[in-house]
Amino acid sequence: MSKILVIAEHDGSSLNPSTAKTVACAASIEAAEIHVVVLAAAAAAVAGEAAQLDSVAKVLTVEGPENEHALAAVLAPQIVALSAGYSHVFGPSTTFGKDLMPRVAALLGVNQISDIMLVLTSHSFKRPVYAGNAILTVEAPADKVVVATVRIASYAAVADGNNAAIESATVDAELPDHTRFVGVQSGATDRPDLQTAAKVVSGGRALGSAESFDIIYALADKLGAGVGASRAAVDAGYVPNEMQVGQTGKIIAPDLYLAIGISGAIQHLTGIKDAGTIVAINKDEEAPIFEVADIGLVADLFKAIPELTEALD
Amino acid sequence: MQKILVGLKRVVDYNVRVRVKSDGSGVETDGVKMSINPFDEIALEEALRIKERGEAEEVIVVSVGASEAQQQLRTGLAMGADRAILVDSQESLTPLDVARIFKAIVDRESAELVILGKQAIDGDNSQLGQMLAAIWGRPQATFASKVELAGNKASVTREVDAGLETIEIDLPGVISVDLRLNEPRYVKLPDIMKAKKKPLDQLSIEELGVEVAAGIKEVTYEPPSERERGVMVDDVAGLVAALKDKGLV
Repeated sequence: MSKILVIAEHDGSSLNPSTAKTVACAASIEAAEIHVVVLAAAAAAVAGEAAQLDSVAKVLTVEGPENEHALAAVLAPQIVALSAGYSHVFGPSTTFGKDLMPRVAALLGVNQISDIMLVLTSHSFKRPVYAGNAILTVEAPADKVVVATVRIASYAAVADGNNAAIESATVDAELPDHTRFVGVQSGATDRPDLQTAAKVVSGGRALGSAESFDIIYALADKLGAGVGASRAAVDAGYVPNEMQVGQTGKIIAPDLYLAIGISGAIQHLTGIKDAGTIVAINKDEEAPIFEVADIGLVADLFKAIPELTEALD
Repeated sequence: MQKILVGLKRVVDYNVRVRVKSDGSGVETDGVKMSINPFDEIALEEALRIKERGEAEEVIVVSVGASEAQQQLRTGLAMGADRAILVDSQESLTPLDVARIFKAIVDRESAELVILGKQAIDGDNSQLGQMLAAIWGRPQATFASKVELAGNKASVTREVDAGLETIEIDLPGVISVDLRLNEPRYVKLPDIMKAKKKPLDQLSIEELGVEVAAGIKEVTYEPPSERERGVMVDDVAGLVAALKDKGLV
Protein backbone atom coordinates (compact mmCIF):
# COMPACT_ATOMS: atom_id res chain seq x y z
CA MET A 1 0.00 0.00 0.00
CA SER A 2 1.15 3.53 -0.75
CA LYS A 3 1.07 6.26 1.84
CA ILE A 4 1.23 9.63 0.13
CA LEU A 5 1.95 13.05 1.58
CA VAL A 6 0.68 15.94 -0.56
CA ILE A 7 2.10 19.40 0.13
CA ALA A 8 -0.72 21.97 0.03
CA GLU A 9 -0.19 25.13 -1.96
CA HIS A 10 -1.97 28.18 -0.57
CA ASP A 11 -1.68 31.92 -0.08
CA GLY A 12 -2.23 31.90 3.68
CA SER A 13 -6.00 32.20 3.44
CA SER A 14 -7.20 29.78 0.78
CA LEU A 15 -6.12 26.57 -0.85
CA ASN A 16 -4.74 26.81 -4.39
CA PRO A 17 -6.70 24.58 -6.84
CA SER A 18 -3.39 22.92 -7.75
CA THR A 19 -3.69 20.94 -4.51
CA ALA A 20 -6.96 19.23 -5.51
CA LYS A 21 -5.31 18.22 -8.79
CA THR A 22 -2.23 16.88 -7.04
CA VAL A 23 -4.54 14.85 -4.80
CA ALA A 24 -6.26 13.51 -7.94
CA CYS A 25 -2.92 12.23 -9.22
CA ALA A 26 -2.13 10.65 -5.85
CA ALA A 27 -5.58 9.03 -5.81
CA SER A 28 -4.84 7.35 -9.13
CA ILE A 29 -2.25 5.21 -7.38
CA GLU A 30 -3.82 1.96 -6.28
CA ALA A 31 -4.71 1.62 -2.59
CA ALA A 32 -3.26 4.96 -1.64
CA GLU A 33 -3.75 6.58 1.75
CA ILE A 34 -3.46 10.30 1.15
CA HIS A 35 -2.54 12.94 3.71
CA VAL A 36 -2.33 16.64 2.93
CA VAL A 37 0.00 18.86 4.93
CA VAL A 38 -0.62 22.59 5.31
CA LEU A 39 2.40 24.59 6.43
CA ALA A 40 1.27 28.11 7.31
CA ALA A 41 1.39 30.87 9.91
CA ALA A 42 -2.24 30.05 10.68
CA ALA A 43 -3.52 26.94 8.95
CA ALA A 44 -7.16 26.57 10.01
CA ALA A 45 -8.90 28.06 6.96
CA VAL A 46 -6.69 26.31 4.42
CA ALA A 47 -6.82 23.01 6.31
CA GLY A 48 -10.61 23.25 6.39
CA GLU A 49 -10.68 23.44 2.60
CA ALA A 50 -8.20 20.58 2.24
CA ALA A 51 -10.29 18.38 4.54
CA GLN A 52 -13.20 18.65 2.10
CA LEU A 53 -11.24 17.14 -0.78
CA ASP A 54 -12.30 13.64 -1.75
CA SER A 55 -9.73 10.86 -1.29
CA VAL A 56 -7.96 12.71 1.53
CA ALA A 57 -7.71 10.60 4.70
CA LYS A 58 -6.13 13.20 6.94
CA VAL A 59 -4.96 16.81 6.95
CA LEU A 60 -1.88 17.76 8.94
CA THR A 61 -1.14 21.32 9.95
CA VAL A 62 2.25 22.77 10.83
CA GLU A 63 1.86 26.30 12.12
CA GLY A 64 4.46 28.91 12.88
CA PRO A 65 5.44 32.45 11.91
CA GLU A 66 8.31 31.07 9.82
CA ASN A 67 5.72 29.50 7.51
CA GLU A 68 3.97 32.75 6.69
CA HIS A 69 5.57 32.82 3.24
CA ALA A 70 6.40 29.78 1.14
CA LEU A 71 10.21 29.81 1.18
CA ALA A 72 11.59 26.52 -0.11
CA ALA A 73 14.66 26.68 2.13
CA VAL A 74 12.42 26.98 5.21
CA LEU A 75 9.68 24.53 4.19
CA ALA A 76 11.93 21.75 2.85
CA PRO A 77 13.53 20.65 6.17
CA GLN A 78 10.06 20.50 7.77
CA ILE A 79 8.71 18.35 4.96
CA VAL A 80 11.73 16.07 5.25
CA ALA A 81 10.97 15.64 8.96
CA LEU A 82 7.31 14.91 8.17
CA SER A 83 8.05 12.48 5.36
CA ALA A 84 9.09 9.59 7.61
CA GLY A 85 6.71 6.69 7.03
CA TYR A 86 5.45 7.93 3.67
CA SER A 87 6.16 6.10 0.42
CA HIS A 88 5.47 9.20 -1.72
CA VAL A 89 5.72 12.97 -1.28
CA PHE A 90 3.89 14.95 -3.98
CA GLY A 91 3.63 18.64 -4.79
CA PRO A 92 2.09 20.52 -7.72
CA SER A 93 4.20 21.42 -10.74
CA THR A 94 3.57 25.14 -10.19
CA THR A 95 6.34 27.61 -9.39
CA PHE A 96 5.64 26.78 -5.70
CA GLY A 97 6.18 23.04 -6.18
CA LYS A 98 9.00 23.33 -8.70
CA ASP A 99 10.93 25.50 -6.27
CA LEU A 100 10.28 23.30 -3.26
CA MET A 101 10.19 19.62 -4.25
CA PRO A 102 13.72 19.23 -5.68
CA ARG A 103 15.06 20.72 -2.45
CA VAL A 104 13.04 18.17 -0.46
CA ALA A 105 14.26 15.33 -2.67
CA ALA A 106 17.93 16.31 -2.43
CA LEU A 107 17.70 16.59 1.36
CA LEU A 108 16.24 13.06 1.37
CA GLY A 109 19.06 11.91 -0.92
CA VAL A 110 16.73 10.86 -3.74
CA ASN A 111 15.98 12.06 -7.23
CA GLN A 112 12.75 13.81 -8.05
CA ILE A 113 10.27 13.09 -10.81
CA SER A 114 9.06 16.27 -12.50
CA ASP A 115 5.61 16.74 -14.05
CA ILE A 116 3.85 13.39 -13.62
CA MET A 117 1.16 13.28 -16.33
CA LEU A 118 0.08 9.66 -15.85
CA VAL A 119 0.47 7.06 -13.14
CA LEU A 120 1.23 3.55 -14.45
CA THR A 121 2.00 1.87 -11.13
CA SER A 122 3.00 3.16 -7.71
CA HIS A 123 6.58 3.57 -8.96
CA SER A 124 6.17 4.03 -12.70
CA PHE A 125 5.01 7.24 -14.33
CA LYS A 126 4.81 9.11 -17.62
CA ARG A 127 6.15 12.64 -17.94
CA PRO A 128 6.73 15.09 -20.81
CA VAL A 129 10.26 16.02 -21.92
CA TYR A 130 11.58 18.21 -24.77
CA ALA A 131 8.69 20.64 -24.40
CA GLY A 132 6.22 17.79 -24.69
CA ASN A 133 7.68 16.53 -27.97
CA ALA A 134 8.46 13.24 -26.26
CA ILE A 135 6.79 11.36 -23.44
CA LEU A 136 9.14 9.51 -21.12
CA THR A 137 8.19 6.56 -18.95
CA VAL A 138 10.25 6.54 -15.76
CA GLU A 139 10.60 4.03 -12.98
CA ALA A 140 11.52 5.07 -9.45
CA PRO A 141 13.45 2.70 -7.17
CA ALA A 142 11.05 0.59 -5.10
CA ASP A 143 13.06 0.88 -1.90
CA LYS A 144 13.11 4.67 -1.68
CA VAL A 145 10.58 7.44 -1.12
CA VAL A 146 9.17 8.83 -4.38
CA VAL A 147 9.34 12.63 -4.48
CA ALA A 148 7.51 14.16 -7.43
CA THR A 149 5.70 17.13 -8.89
CA VAL A 150 2.37 16.63 -10.64
CA ARG A 151 1.58 18.27 -13.97
CA ILE A 152 -1.68 19.83 -12.89
CA ALA A 153 -2.97 20.33 -16.44
CA SER A 154 -3.16 16.52 -16.71
CA TYR A 155 -5.58 16.12 -13.82
CA ALA A 156 -9.10 17.25 -12.98
CA ALA A 157 -9.51 18.38 -9.38
CA VAL A 158 -11.01 15.84 -6.97
CA ALA A 159 -14.51 16.75 -5.82
CA ASP A 160 -15.40 18.43 -2.52
CA GLY A 161 -17.67 16.84 0.04
CA ASN A 162 -15.24 14.98 2.25
CA ASN A 163 -14.73 15.65 5.92
CA ALA A 164 -11.23 14.40 6.71
CA ALA A 165 -9.73 14.68 10.17
CA ILE A 166 -7.43 17.63 10.80
CA GLU A 167 -4.46 17.09 13.09
CA SER A 168 -1.83 19.49 14.28
CA ALA A 169 1.71 18.20 13.78
CA THR A 170 4.97 19.36 15.29
CA VAL A 171 8.21 18.97 13.45
CA ASP A 172 11.71 18.89 14.80
CA ALA A 173 13.81 20.57 12.14
CA GLU A 174 16.46 23.22 12.14
CA LEU A 175 15.30 26.10 9.95
CA PRO A 176 17.67 28.46 8.16
CA ASP A 177 17.45 32.25 8.31
CA HIS A 178 19.53 32.85 5.17
CA THR A 179 16.44 33.39 2.99
CA ARG A 180 13.96 36.19 3.64
CA PHE A 181 10.69 37.15 1.97
CA VAL A 182 10.60 40.80 0.90
CA GLY A 183 7.37 41.22 -1.05
CA VAL A 184 5.20 40.14 -3.92
CA GLN A 185 3.87 42.26 -6.72
CA SER A 186 0.83 40.67 -8.21
CA GLY A 187 -1.19 41.62 -11.21
CA ALA A 188 -4.21 40.02 -9.55
CA THR A 189 -7.48 40.75 -11.31
CA ASP A 190 -11.08 39.76 -10.86
CA ARG A 191 -10.83 37.48 -13.88
CA PRO A 192 -10.67 33.70 -13.40
CA ASP A 193 -7.24 32.30 -12.58
CA LEU A 194 -5.44 31.37 -15.77
CA GLN A 195 -4.30 27.98 -14.50
CA THR A 196 -7.73 26.76 -13.44
CA ALA A 197 -10.16 28.71 -15.63
CA ALA A 198 -12.61 26.66 -17.73
CA LYS A 199 -12.20 29.15 -20.58
CA VAL A 200 -9.10 31.09 -21.57
CA VAL A 201 -8.57 33.76 -24.21
CA SER A 202 -4.94 34.42 -25.18
CA GLY A 203 -3.44 37.14 -27.32
CA GLY A 204 -0.21 37.15 -29.30
CA ARG A 205 2.22 39.55 -30.88
CA ALA A 206 -0.27 40.42 -33.61
CA LEU A 207 -2.13 42.56 -31.06
CA GLY A 208 0.70 45.05 -31.53
CA SER A 209 0.38 46.98 -28.27
CA ALA A 210 -0.71 46.83 -24.64
CA GLU A 211 -3.72 49.02 -25.49
CA SER A 212 -5.02 46.67 -28.15
CA PHE A 213 -5.14 43.89 -25.56
CA ASP A 214 -8.33 45.62 -24.42
CA ILE A 215 -10.27 43.74 -27.10
CA ILE A 216 -8.94 40.46 -25.63
CA TYR A 217 -10.04 41.49 -22.13
CA ALA A 218 -13.45 42.52 -23.42
CA LEU A 219 -13.96 39.14 -25.10
CA ALA A 220 -12.68 37.29 -22.03
CA ASP A 221 -15.05 39.19 -19.76
CA LYS A 222 -17.98 38.35 -22.02
CA LEU A 223 -17.04 34.65 -21.85
CA GLY A 224 -16.12 34.70 -18.15
CA ALA A 225 -12.66 33.57 -19.25
CA GLY A 226 -9.13 33.94 -17.91
CA VAL A 227 -6.61 35.83 -20.05
CA GLY A 228 -3.27 34.50 -21.27
CA ALA A 229 -0.62 35.50 -23.78
CA SER A 230 2.13 34.12 -25.95
CA ARG A 231 5.76 34.62 -24.98
CA ALA A 232 6.13 37.10 -27.85
CA ALA A 233 3.38 39.28 -26.40
CA VAL A 234 4.93 39.13 -22.94
CA ASP A 235 8.41 39.89 -24.25
CA ALA A 236 7.02 42.83 -26.21
CA GLY A 237 5.69 44.20 -22.93
CA TYR A 238 1.99 44.08 -23.83
CA VAL A 239 1.10 42.08 -20.71
CA PRO A 240 2.85 40.95 -17.49
CA ASN A 241 4.91 37.76 -17.37
CA GLU A 242 2.48 35.76 -15.22
CA MET A 243 0.14 35.65 -18.22
CA GLN A 244 2.56 33.66 -20.36
CA VAL A 245 1.26 30.31 -21.61
CA GLY A 246 3.74 27.72 -22.87
CA GLN A 247 6.75 25.54 -22.10
CA THR A 248 8.38 28.15 -19.88
CA GLY A 249 5.17 29.80 -18.72
CA LYS A 250 1.94 28.18 -17.62
CA ILE A 251 0.72 24.80 -18.83
CA ILE A 252 -3.06 24.92 -18.92
CA ALA A 253 -6.00 22.70 -19.85
CA PRO A 254 -9.19 24.75 -20.10
CA ASP A 255 -12.34 23.38 -21.77
CA LEU A 256 -12.13 26.20 -24.31
CA TYR A 257 -8.96 27.97 -25.46
CA LEU A 258 -9.04 30.89 -27.90
CA ALA A 259 -5.70 31.74 -29.48
CA ILE A 260 -5.95 35.22 -30.98
CA GLY A 261 -3.15 36.44 -33.22
CA ILE A 262 -0.86 33.67 -31.97
CA SER A 263 1.18 31.90 -34.64
CA GLY A 264 1.59 28.74 -32.55
CA ALA A 265 5.28 28.18 -31.83
CA ILE A 266 5.91 24.66 -30.52
CA GLN A 267 6.73 26.12 -27.08
CA HIS A 268 3.28 27.72 -26.95
CA LEU A 269 1.49 24.58 -28.16
CA THR A 270 3.15 22.67 -25.32
CA GLY A 271 1.20 24.83 -22.91
CA ILE A 272 -2.24 24.11 -24.42
CA LYS A 273 -2.19 20.60 -25.84
CA ASP A 274 -4.56 19.30 -23.17
CA ALA A 275 -7.18 21.98 -23.80
CA GLY A 276 -10.66 20.66 -24.64
CA THR A 277 -11.39 22.79 -27.71
CA ILE A 278 -8.81 25.07 -29.30
CA VAL A 279 -10.06 27.97 -31.42
CA ALA A 280 -7.54 29.90 -33.51
CA ILE A 281 -8.08 33.28 -35.10
CA ASN A 282 -5.21 34.47 -37.23
CA LYS A 283 -4.67 36.54 -40.35
CA ASP A 284 -2.05 34.11 -41.66
CA GLU A 285 -3.68 30.95 -42.95
CA GLU A 286 -0.29 29.18 -42.85
CA ALA A 287 0.11 29.77 -39.10
CA PRO A 288 1.01 26.50 -37.32
CA ILE A 289 -1.70 27.11 -34.73
CA PHE A 290 -4.24 25.93 -37.34
CA GLU A 291 -2.63 22.48 -37.35
CA VAL A 292 -3.84 21.86 -33.81
CA ALA A 293 -6.95 24.05 -33.69
CA ASP A 294 -10.35 22.37 -33.54
CA ILE A 295 -11.94 25.46 -35.05
CA GLY A 296 -9.98 27.91 -37.18
CA LEU A 297 -10.86 31.30 -38.59
CA VAL A 298 -8.62 33.24 -40.96
CA ALA A 299 -9.47 36.86 -40.24
CA ASP A 300 -8.19 40.25 -39.17
CA LEU A 301 -8.43 40.04 -35.41
CA PHE A 302 -9.14 43.74 -35.00
CA LYS A 303 -12.40 43.22 -36.90
CA ALA A 304 -13.22 39.67 -35.87
CA ILE A 305 -12.76 39.98 -32.09
CA PRO A 306 -15.10 42.95 -31.51
CA GLU A 307 -17.60 41.26 -33.82
CA LEU A 308 -17.31 38.01 -31.85
CA THR A 309 -17.67 39.83 -28.53
CA GLU A 310 -20.82 41.48 -29.79
CA ALA A 311 -22.22 38.26 -31.25
CA LEU A 312 -21.98 36.58 -27.84
CA ASP A 313 -24.55 38.92 -26.30
CA MET B 1 33.24 38.23 -4.43
CA GLN B 2 35.88 36.10 -6.03
CA LYS B 3 34.24 33.51 -8.18
CA ILE B 4 30.93 32.85 -9.89
CA LEU B 5 30.22 29.41 -11.35
CA VAL B 6 27.85 29.12 -14.28
CA GLY B 7 26.48 25.83 -15.60
CA LEU B 8 26.30 25.35 -19.38
CA LYS B 9 24.41 22.35 -20.69
CA ARG B 10 24.72 21.11 -24.26
CA VAL B 11 21.20 20.49 -25.55
CA VAL B 12 19.34 20.00 -28.81
CA ASP B 13 18.90 23.50 -30.24
CA TYR B 14 15.74 25.40 -29.36
CA ASN B 15 14.60 25.53 -33.00
CA VAL B 16 14.98 21.85 -33.80
CA ARG B 17 11.81 19.83 -34.08
CA VAL B 18 12.61 16.92 -31.80
CA ARG B 19 11.82 13.37 -32.95
CA VAL B 20 11.66 10.24 -30.86
CA LYS B 21 13.88 7.36 -32.05
CA SER B 22 11.91 4.45 -33.44
CA ASP B 23 13.30 2.06 -30.79
CA GLY B 24 12.12 4.35 -27.98
CA SER B 25 15.60 4.71 -26.49
CA GLY B 26 15.68 8.49 -26.71
CA VAL B 27 15.37 11.28 -29.26
CA GLU B 28 17.25 11.67 -32.54
CA THR B 29 20.50 13.59 -32.03
CA ASP B 30 22.48 12.42 -35.11
CA GLY B 31 23.18 15.41 -37.32
CA VAL B 32 21.01 17.60 -35.10
CA LYS B 33 22.17 21.10 -34.18
CA MET B 34 23.31 21.32 -30.56
CA SER B 35 23.56 24.55 -28.56
CA ILE B 36 23.94 25.96 -25.08
CA ASN B 37 20.68 25.59 -23.18
CA PRO B 38 19.09 29.05 -23.71
CA PHE B 39 18.50 29.63 -19.99
CA ASP B 40 22.19 28.93 -19.33
CA GLU B 41 23.21 31.65 -21.78
CA ILE B 42 21.12 34.07 -19.73
CA ALA B 43 22.84 32.79 -16.57
CA LEU B 44 26.25 33.42 -18.10
CA GLU B 45 25.25 36.88 -19.32
CA GLU B 46 24.18 37.80 -15.78
CA ALA B 47 27.47 36.54 -14.32
CA LEU B 48 29.44 38.54 -16.89
CA ARG B 49 27.47 41.70 -16.08
CA ILE B 50 28.16 41.20 -12.36
CA LYS B 51 31.87 40.85 -13.13
CA GLU B 52 31.82 43.91 -15.42
CA ARG B 53 30.27 45.95 -12.62
CA GLY B 54 33.30 45.02 -10.52
CA GLU B 55 31.29 42.82 -8.17
CA ALA B 56 33.12 39.58 -9.01
CA GLU B 57 36.64 38.66 -10.04
CA GLU B 58 36.19 35.55 -12.12
CA VAL B 59 33.48 33.72 -14.06
CA ILE B 60 33.96 29.98 -14.53
CA VAL B 61 31.72 27.99 -16.89
CA VAL B 62 31.09 24.35 -16.04
CA SER B 63 29.58 21.57 -18.10
CA VAL B 64 28.94 17.99 -17.14
CA GLY B 65 28.62 15.49 -19.96
CA ALA B 66 30.18 14.22 -23.15
CA SER B 67 33.41 15.74 -24.44
CA GLU B 68 31.49 17.43 -27.28
CA ALA B 69 30.28 19.91 -24.64
CA GLN B 70 33.69 21.57 -25.11
CA GLN B 71 32.07 23.41 -28.04
CA GLN B 72 29.52 25.00 -25.74
CA LEU B 73 32.19 25.81 -23.15
CA ARG B 74 34.28 27.51 -25.87
CA THR B 75 31.23 29.57 -26.80
CA GLY B 76 30.91 30.52 -23.13
CA LEU B 77 34.56 31.54 -23.07
CA ALA B 78 34.01 33.61 -26.21
CA MET B 79 31.09 35.36 -24.50
CA GLY B 80 33.53 36.38 -21.79
CA ALA B 81 33.95 33.65 -19.17
CA ASP B 82 37.51 33.44 -17.80
CA ARG B 83 37.91 29.69 -17.79
CA ALA B 84 36.00 26.47 -18.24
CA ILE B 85 35.70 23.10 -16.55
CA LEU B 86 34.35 20.02 -18.31
CA VAL B 87 33.40 17.10 -16.13
CA ASP B 88 33.64 14.27 -18.58
CA SER B 89 30.95 11.65 -18.43
CA GLN B 90 29.52 9.35 -21.03
CA GLU B 91 27.00 7.95 -18.56
CA SER B 92 23.54 9.37 -18.26
CA LEU B 93 23.49 11.25 -14.98
CA THR B 94 20.53 12.24 -12.82
CA PRO B 95 20.01 15.83 -11.61
CA LEU B 96 21.05 14.69 -8.11
CA ASP B 97 24.35 13.32 -9.52
CA VAL B 98 24.97 16.59 -11.33
CA ALA B 99 24.14 18.57 -8.18
CA ARG B 100 26.74 16.53 -6.26
CA ILE B 101 29.30 17.19 -9.01
CA PHE B 102 28.59 20.93 -8.89
CA LYS B 103 28.89 20.86 -5.10
CA ALA B 104 32.34 19.26 -5.44
CA ILE B 105 33.40 22.03 -7.85
CA VAL B 106 31.96 24.73 -5.57
CA ASP B 107 34.14 23.33 -2.76
CA ARG B 108 37.21 23.03 -4.96
CA GLU B 109 36.87 26.60 -6.25
CA SER B 110 35.41 28.16 -3.08
CA ALA B 111 32.77 29.75 -5.30
CA GLU B 112 30.38 32.16 -3.63
CA LEU B 113 27.67 32.29 -6.24
CA VAL B 114 26.36 29.70 -8.69
CA ILE B 115 24.10 30.92 -11.49
CA LEU B 116 22.17 28.32 -13.49
CA GLY B 117 19.34 28.22 -16.00
CA LYS B 118 15.95 27.52 -14.41
CA GLN B 119 15.56 24.41 -16.53
CA ALA B 120 17.24 22.62 -19.42
CA ILE B 121 15.02 22.39 -22.47
CA ASP B 122 15.79 18.70 -23.02
CA GLY B 123 14.78 16.99 -19.77
CA ASP B 124 12.62 19.93 -18.58
CA ASN B 125 13.37 18.84 -15.01
CA SER B 126 14.02 22.21 -13.37
CA GLN B 127 15.83 20.64 -10.41
CA LEU B 128 19.58 21.29 -10.45
CA GLY B 129 19.73 24.67 -8.70
CA GLN B 130 17.36 23.62 -5.93
CA MET B 131 19.23 20.34 -5.36
CA LEU B 132 22.64 22.03 -5.33
CA ALA B 133 21.40 24.60 -2.80
CA ALA B 134 19.96 21.79 -0.65
CA ILE B 135 23.11 19.68 -0.43
CA TRP B 136 25.24 22.83 -0.03
CA GLY B 137 22.93 23.98 2.81
CA ARG B 138 22.65 27.40 1.18
CA PRO B 139 19.84 29.63 -0.14
CA GLN B 140 18.21 29.25 -3.54
CA ALA B 141 16.58 31.99 -5.58
CA THR B 142 14.86 30.27 -8.49
CA PHE B 143 13.25 31.72 -11.65
CA ALA B 144 15.07 35.06 -11.28
CA SER B 145 14.05 38.02 -13.42
CA LYS B 146 16.14 40.60 -11.55
CA VAL B 147 19.28 40.23 -9.44
CA GLU B 148 20.86 42.92 -7.27
CA LEU B 149 23.94 42.28 -5.18
CA ALA B 150 24.90 44.27 -2.08
CA GLY B 151 27.84 42.97 -0.12
CA ASN B 152 27.17 39.38 0.86
CA LYS B 153 23.46 39.63 0.11
CA ALA B 154 21.45 39.31 -3.05
CA SER B 155 18.00 40.71 -3.66
CA VAL B 156 16.29 38.56 -6.27
CA THR B 157 12.98 39.11 -8.03
CA ARG B 158 11.40 35.79 -8.99
CA GLU B 159 8.82 35.04 -11.68
CA VAL B 160 6.17 33.08 -9.80
CA ASP B 161 2.62 32.11 -10.77
CA ALA B 162 1.15 34.96 -8.72
CA GLY B 163 3.40 37.63 -10.24
CA LEU B 164 6.81 38.89 -9.13
CA GLU B 165 8.15 37.85 -5.74
CA THR B 166 11.23 39.43 -4.19
CA ILE B 167 13.40 37.59 -1.70
CA GLU B 168 16.70 38.42 -0.06
CA ILE B 169 19.34 35.74 0.33
CA ASP B 170 22.69 35.61 2.08
CA LEU B 171 25.58 34.50 -0.08
CA PRO B 172 27.00 32.01 -0.85
CA GLY B 173 23.98 30.79 -2.71
CA VAL B 174 22.40 29.58 -5.92
CA ILE B 175 20.37 31.62 -8.39
CA SER B 176 18.42 30.03 -11.26
CA VAL B 177 17.41 32.39 -14.02
CA ASP B 178 14.27 32.95 -16.05
CA LEU B 179 13.90 34.28 -19.59
CA ARG B 180 13.40 37.94 -18.89
CA LEU B 181 16.49 38.52 -16.74
CA ASN B 182 18.61 39.83 -19.61
CA GLU B 183 19.38 39.57 -23.31
CA PRO B 184 22.57 37.53 -23.83
CA ARG B 185 25.29 39.20 -25.91
CA TYR B 186 26.37 38.04 -29.34
CA VAL B 187 29.79 36.50 -29.70
CA LYS B 188 32.19 38.42 -31.95
CA LEU B 189 34.83 36.79 -34.11
CA PRO B 190 37.90 38.19 -32.28
CA ASP B 191 36.41 36.83 -29.05
CA ILE B 192 36.16 33.37 -30.57
CA MET B 193 39.88 33.56 -31.40
CA LYS B 194 40.72 34.76 -27.89
CA ALA B 195 38.60 32.02 -26.34
CA LYS B 196 40.82 29.35 -27.90
CA LYS B 197 43.63 30.44 -25.57
CA LYS B 198 41.56 30.44 -22.40
CA PRO B 199 41.96 27.46 -20.04
CA LEU B 200 39.55 24.53 -20.33
CA ASP B 201 40.20 21.89 -17.69
CA GLN B 202 38.84 18.38 -17.91
CA LEU B 203 38.01 16.48 -14.77
CA SER B 204 36.55 13.07 -14.17
CA ILE B 205 33.76 12.34 -11.71
CA GLU B 206 36.19 10.09 -9.80
CA GLU B 207 38.72 12.92 -9.45
CA LEU B 208 36.03 15.00 -7.83
CA GLY B 209 35.32 12.19 -5.39
CA VAL B 210 31.65 12.03 -6.33
CA GLU B 211 29.79 8.73 -6.26
CA VAL B 212 27.15 8.40 -8.92
CA ALA B 213 24.07 6.56 -7.69
CA ALA B 214 21.49 4.64 -9.62
CA GLY B 215 18.40 6.80 -9.69
CA ILE B 216 15.23 7.02 -11.63
CA LYS B 217 15.25 4.69 -14.62
CA GLU B 218 14.32 5.94 -18.08
CA VAL B 219 12.22 3.11 -19.47
CA THR B 220 11.04 4.33 -22.85
CA TYR B 221 10.45 7.42 -24.96
CA GLU B 222 7.37 7.75 -27.15
CA PRO B 223 5.96 10.50 -29.34
CA PRO B 224 3.09 12.47 -27.82
CA SER B 225 -0.44 11.91 -29.06
CA GLU B 226 -1.07 14.50 -31.74
CA ARG B 227 -4.06 16.77 -31.90
CA GLU B 228 -5.80 16.58 -35.20
CA ARG B 229 -6.51 19.48 -37.47
CA GLY B 230 -10.11 20.57 -37.03
CA VAL B 231 -12.49 22.55 -39.18
CA MET B 232 -12.12 26.00 -40.69
CA VAL B 233 -15.03 28.42 -40.51
CA ASP B 234 -15.56 31.28 -42.95
CA ASP B 235 -16.59 34.07 -40.63
CA VAL B 236 -17.47 35.08 -37.08
CA ALA B 237 -21.03 33.84 -37.50
CA GLY B 238 -19.66 30.42 -38.45
CA LEU B 239 -17.40 30.46 -35.40
CA VAL B 240 -20.25 31.34 -33.05
CA ALA B 241 -22.37 28.55 -34.57
CA ALA B 242 -19.56 26.02 -34.14
CA LEU B 243 -19.03 27.06 -30.51
CA LYS B 244 -22.75 26.83 -29.80
CA ASP B 245 -22.84 23.44 -31.46
CA LYS B 246 -20.23 22.21 -28.97
CA GLY B 247 -22.10 23.82 -26.09
CA LEU B 248 -19.15 26.07 -25.27
CA VAL B 249 -20.97 29.42 -25.36
